[in-house]
Amino acid sequence: MRHVLDIVNLRTGFADGTEAVRGVSLQVARGETHCLVGESGCGKSVTALSVMNLLPRGARRSADVLRFQDHDLTRASDRDMARLRGVKMAMIFQEPMTSLNPAYTIGSQMAEVLERHRGASRAQALERAAMLLGRVGITAPGMRLAQYPHQLSGGLRQRVMIAMALMCEPELLIADEPTTALDVTVQAQILRLLQALQAEFGLALLLITHDLGIVARMAQRVSVMYAGEVVESGSAEAVFAAPSHPYTQGLLACIPVPGKTPRDEPLGSIPGTVPRIGRDFTGCAFRDRCGHASNACSGIIPRQDAAPDHAVLCTMDLA
Amino acid sequence: MLGFLFRRAVLALLVCLTVLVVAFSLTRLSGDLAVSIGGPNATSEDIATIRKNYGLDRPLPVQFFDWAANAASGDLGRSYLYHAPVSGLIKERLPITLGLGLSGLAIALLTAIPLGIVSAMREGSVLDRAIGLVALIGQAMPSFWLGLVLVIWFGLKLQWLPISGVDTWDGFILPGIVLAFSAIPALLRLTRAGMIEALSSDYIRTARAKGLSTASIVLKHALRNAAMPVVSVAAVQLGFMLGGSIVIETVFALHGIGYLAWESISKNDFPVVQAVVLLLAMIYTGLTLLADMMNAVLDPRLRAG
Repeated sequence: MRHVLDIVNLRTGFADGTEAVRGVSLQVARGETHCLVGESGCGKSVTALSVMNLLPRGARRSADVLRFQDHDLTRASDRDMARLRGVKMAMIFQEPMTSLNPAYTIGSQMAEVLERHRGASRAQALERAAMLLGRVGITAPGMRLAQYPHQLSGGLRQRVMIAMALMCEPELLIADEPTTALDVTVQAQILRLLQALQAEFGLALLLITHDLGIVARMAQRVSVMYAGEVVESGSAEAVFAAPSHPYTQGLLACIPVPGKTPRDEPLGSIPGTVPRIGRDFTGCAFRDRCGHASNACSGIIPRQDAAPDHAVLCTMDLA
Repeated sequence: MLGFLFRRAVLALLVCLTVLVVAFSLTRLSGDLAVSIGGPNATSEDIATIRKNYGLDRPLPVQFFDWAANAASGDLGRSYLYHAPVSGLIKERLPITLGLGLSGLAIALLTAIPLGIVSAMREGSVLDRAIGLVALIGQAMPSFWLGLVLVIWFGLKLQWLPISGVDTWDGFILPGIVLAFSAIPALLRLTRAGMIEALSSDYIRTARAKGLSTASIVLKHALRNAAMPVVSVAAVQLGFMLGGSIVIETVFALHGIGYLAWESISKNDFPVVQAVVLLLAMIYTGLTLLADMMNAVLDPRLRAG
């Protein structure tokens, strides 16, 4: 199967010497939801920004393969990227409250995407914007187009962001914690909306989240990230059925299951914190927090197949 | 929006009234006006006559309301020094001061905003530091000295521009540059700080994710949000240029409002002092009001509040 997005051995570092992404590989196919999951600071957002080439100044990005459709993104100029972003690849963010420009109307901010990339007139662009606002479940789209971001709730703004991302019918949508800042009922609505839109537009969806509940609900494929590396990846069924990396197991143990988790026992937790990874770091970044750590964990860590289509970065014998 | 404008306008009016009272009181506090009008050789009968003729023997509140009522109808009294109506003096000199202030502001904005944007986009670079250094030097340079240096170079040596007077429009260029120099550092730093903040904001990341051009990202999306403090300070700077350009008016022999104010204060020509203070207060509050309105246009959130 030809993937819409193909990343092999992506490395991204910052000017202060932090290695945020250390050899991430993942693929997203058309119509597929790939969840990138991990705790804050594990490098999942940086992975997404690396793909979009939206990294802050001073960041370094390299990859063996960084391909979007037929475009080699490692060799794309800023100008090439600007032609892909918003057109073929779109992104929505965690902070709907601040992701829209407070000084311009919703209509103006949506329309400029189509004006820029398709040479559409303002009237044509607004017409499509109104259609998409209706599609993402916003009533009275004509009125909303004339409003400013501060007049909309967080849930509405995130819907606007989604509609704006769809202006040019992208092939790939990267959603970086799209529901984290929203309350629970709105979260569920937004997730349902993303699923429906994905089916309708055949989107490849790279969904970044720290919430395993969202992963279980949305993902066909999962990559679990820890300290800049994908420590476990595979089909969602395989990973949830038999989580094999101690970190994944720990993450799952942190989630209470109603009716199953005993009330009087403490919830699972992972001791310690994520280490800061410099350039000369070797071995498994999880070893200081891992119950199974051995001397081998300081060496080169093999990527093993726990099952077909289920890879784990660990020294433990998984057979 | 209308409510917002109304509240600001009422506030501006109150400020003007307050300034009126203070200006009136201060001229009365600076000594016996009849004595200073009469001069050193006046006899006590002369002074008594002056006091009676100018109405200075009346109670202060009466004098104040008399003056305020006349001022409201456009009669600002007569200057003792020039023996002419004050309103005529102001009408004659205001265009010079306005021309000077506006050219100073225009030069300042046209320099500070582009440099501030470039500085913000290249934050921390050698260029950014160089621009910051120039701004610092500009701020530290006394305007009378800069004025004289410019006169010597561009007026006398190169003979490109007139060295004094404003008989032609290019007479405003040198004094405008000198005035601008005092405003540039603050405007530049505000633009830079505002742009750095705006450029690192989430909505700029969104704009980049939409594939917009750099020009659109910087000039449309970032600058509009960075412009508000710049507008506010530019308005105050213009007020300052209009009211405080006395040094520059002296260096370039321009007889504007600043020069008139200095002259009337030193000679105790109190009708002129009162009128000039009132005029400048109105200009200041008018400019602040204008800046508030411009900011309301720039930021829709202000229109609601």
